[in-house]
Amino acid sequence: MSDTIVDENFKAPEPERVGEERGSFTRIAQELVFTVDHKKLGLMYIGSGLLFFVVAGLMATMMRMQLAFPNGKLLEPDVFNRLFTMHGTAMVFLVGMPIIFGFANYLIPLMIGTRDMAFPRLNAFGFWVFFFSGLLLYFSYLAGPGLYAAGSAPDVGWFAYSPLTAKAFSRGHSTDYWTLSLLMGGIGSIATAINIIVTTLCLRCKGMTLGRLPLFVWMFLVVAFLVIIAMPPLSACQIMLILDRYLDAKFFDTQAGGSAVLWQHFFWIFGHPEVYILMLPGFAVASEVIPVFSRKPIFGYPIMVAATLMIAFISLSVWAHHMFTVGMTSLGNTFFAISTMIIAIPTGIKIFNWLGTMYGGKIRFDLPMIFCIGFLFQFLIAGLTGVMLSVAPFDWQLSDSYFVVAHFHYVLIGGLLYTIFAGIYYWYPKAFGRMPSKKLGHWHFWLFTIGFHLTFGPQHIAGILGMPRRIFTYEEGRGWEVWNLLSSIGVLIQIPGILCFVINLIYSYFKGKKSGDDPWDAWTLEWSTTSPPPEYNFANLPEVKSRRPLWDLKHPEDPDWKFE
Amino acid sequence: MRRITDIFQPLSRPAVMISEAAYVVLIICAGIFVVVTGLLVFIVIKFRRPARDDGREPPQIYGSTNIELAWTVIPILITVVLVLVTSRTIGEIQDMKMPENALKVRVVGHQWWWEIHYPDLGIVTANEVHIPVSNRDPAKATPTHVVLQSADVIHSFWVPQLAGKTDVVPNKTNDTWLDPYEPGVYFGNCAEYCGTQHANMLLRVIVHTPEGFEKWVASQKTPPAAPQTAQEIKGHQLFYGYSCMNCHTVDGSVAEGVFGPNLTKLTTRQTIGAGVAELNDKTLWAWVDDPQKLKVGCLMPDMQLLDPEVDAIVAYLKTLK
Repeated sequence: MSDTIVDENFKAPEPERVGEERGSFTRIAQELVFTVDHKKLGLMYIGSGLLFFVVAGLMATMMRMQLAFPNGKLLEPDVFNRLFTMHGTAMVFLVGMPIIFGFANYLIPLMIGTRDMAFPRLNAFGFWVFFFSGLLLYFSYLAGPGLYAAGSAPDVGWFAYSPLTAKAFSRGHSTDYWTLSLLMGGIGSIATAINIIVTTLCLRCKGMTLGRLPLFVWMFLVVAFLVIIAMPPLSACQIMLILDRYLDAKFFDTQAGGSAVLWQHFFWIFGHPEVYILMLPGFAVASEVIPVFSRKPIFGYPIMVAATLMIAFISLSVWAHHMFTVGMTSLGNTFFAISTMIIAIPTGIKIFNWLGTMYGGKIRFDLPMIFCIGFLFQFLIAGLTGVMLSVAPFDWQLSDSYFVVAHFHYVLIGGLLYTIFAGIYYWYPKAFGRMPSKKLGHWHFWLFTIGFHLTFGPQHIAGILGMPRRIFTYEEGRGWEVWNLLSSIGVLIQIPGILCFVINLIYSYFKGKKSGDDPWDAWTLEWSTTSPPPEYNFANLPEVKSRRPLWDLKHPEDPDWKFE
Repeated sequence: MRRITDIFQPLSRPAVMISEAAYVVLIICAGIFVVVTGLLVFIVIKFRRPARDDGREPPQIYGSTNIELAWTVIPILITVVLVLVTSRTIGEIQDMKMPENALKVRVVGHQWWWEIHYPDLGIVTANEVHIPVSNRDPAKATPTHVVLQSADVIHSFWVPQLAGKTDVVPNKTNDTWLDPYEPGVYFGNCAEYCGTQHANMLLRVIVHTPEGFEKWVASQKTPPAAPQTAQEIKGHQLFYGYSCMNCHTVDGSVAEGVFGPNLTKLTTRQTIGAGVAELNDKTLWAWVDDPQKLKVGCLMPDMQLLDPEVDAIVAYLKTLK
């Protein structure tokens, strides 16, 4: 091998296919079901995540229509209660989780220069377990009543506080579907997490030390460890709940001396790290996109890694900030308030480092970058409302109000979803060899951004005016009317935005401009192979000398490895 | 009618303390917002790629220890301020010692209504908490101590103008305190999702002048007059003949049910069905006729009464005052 680190040899021609004609239905079905290829599984994760996203989004739309005016009569109370339960559960477990796992699957092997995940069949297993857990959850709409002729889909809220989930208060099988679906999904998540850890630690190409790992991979490594730590408590409390419901265990049976608060501890010991399991991948995408479109390396790589580790570590000790109102001691409340505030420090460092990356650059406003700028602005707001909620006395007022709803939608939509959009636009040419349409992308961005702020901005105010969450209706005269109406109108603006996105994905697949291998002039290894990459990713495994192997290749006069 | 539940219009000591801490936090957050957004806008405008770009890459800067140190230390200092404000307010509100003679109210959450006991006064009512006004001067304050318990699932007691919310958890006794500055009606809700009719589990706190409260207590302790007219007597018989008394209590009678609200002083209340409607002849009639129409899913069944029976029972219930 010559001086160049990456050369044309890494690319390989598409091999001749034997057997059935490419594109026939049986061939596609067979490929989808039997594939163990990390790229196909990655796309299947993202595709099914987007599918559930549309379903859960429509459920939210129905709720907003009900709440547009006081004393809404569109939906029955129980129908509404099922909607918000299914919306929340689906968005976290069937949209957020699979999409981030999709990114991990597709990109980690390409970024660290290897041919596949460490355990390809475990990978496929993880996907199918997730997929069927999603179908199981939605199947509850049909089978929830069981032989009891009571219940339908789960209606206990996505965190399903006991004892509302006890047999006495939740008849039929709805809660069982919820429990089993999460239990099953948890198995898939742990399988994927193990796969990510082993792949990252064992399959890096020559020269790819941990210090040269792209930040994207670093953050997913941390996410995978968090999944392994956070999922077991969730599975444990699901099993306890099944035991309670069917074998008369008394964990959460308050009538028999059980504890209602016990469930909350178990759930949030999972639930808070889960927030970072979802957010760190957002940071991961931003940490790849912002440098490339600012034309500068990430500012302060080591401190970004350190901040990620700090966030992960502290996130394990903040769970009870979801429980400031359950009547903990003042000492307990103070501890969790302080630990929650401390987590703002490494998060703040990250925002500043992204700004530092952009400072002094030549910013190109391509689709991925405008979504990342939206992310920075919205995540700042989400972070600041998070600081407000961490002030326990303030939380006694804001907790379980629409302010909280607004806060976590700014986190998960304004933060995570925007980076998911950025990531999809950024890697779309890699996955399909075609550029997404810039025009449709801009329509998507502006419609969705206006709709998003119009939907969730006013909810902060509704919360401050005392509107509790999860109410199917509200009386006139509380001053909530105008904020709810604005919020509902916002949804109607978001919908065409999402339509532009979906149309863009489909249209560009057939008609998009050919992208070539490296359309963004980027620096990480995935851009050194063909678009789409061959099944084996690289003809020859690459060797790297720095964090930006393609920069070194493109700028032999000024390579990174001289400075790292 | 304007129903204020704004957390920034507090009229009770704990709510005022919360809003004071909240203003400090809001000012700090607004400052951070302005600075960081300003920075973002400045960077996006200043460092966009020029229209006629020479194609050269900008200087490659990998980081700067000094700058990174600066933007680590500043957030740490801000956090210290927040920690001090927070821990102080938590202590002041949560560890507040109730005076020995404070009025004690026990509130029990049910699916989907509030049972309200005055253990020292021997009064039981529902959905409307009556308390005396306190004083802005802490030395003269007469706070009310509220003990919270649940009969079934988790609820949350929240009257935003009076105090932050406190969860109402089965098999756990929580407490909070109210220290209102002005007489009036204060509105609130159950704030923890508790099942079908969570949205219609409303709450009112009625704050009286000290004399007004004495009067209210006296009136609650006066047993209702016996039914007089033929219609009232018929209603009385129906009430005891059907299963109403299995769930409802009327003090001084054989009706001692505990699953539904105590009806002894029913018509002194402002609302019916935990706030689902204002209490008047029409809504009372509708409720007795079929509660499922007003509040679908509530635990009181449609008793399949005939219209004349409803008339009679309503006539009887109207004597409960």
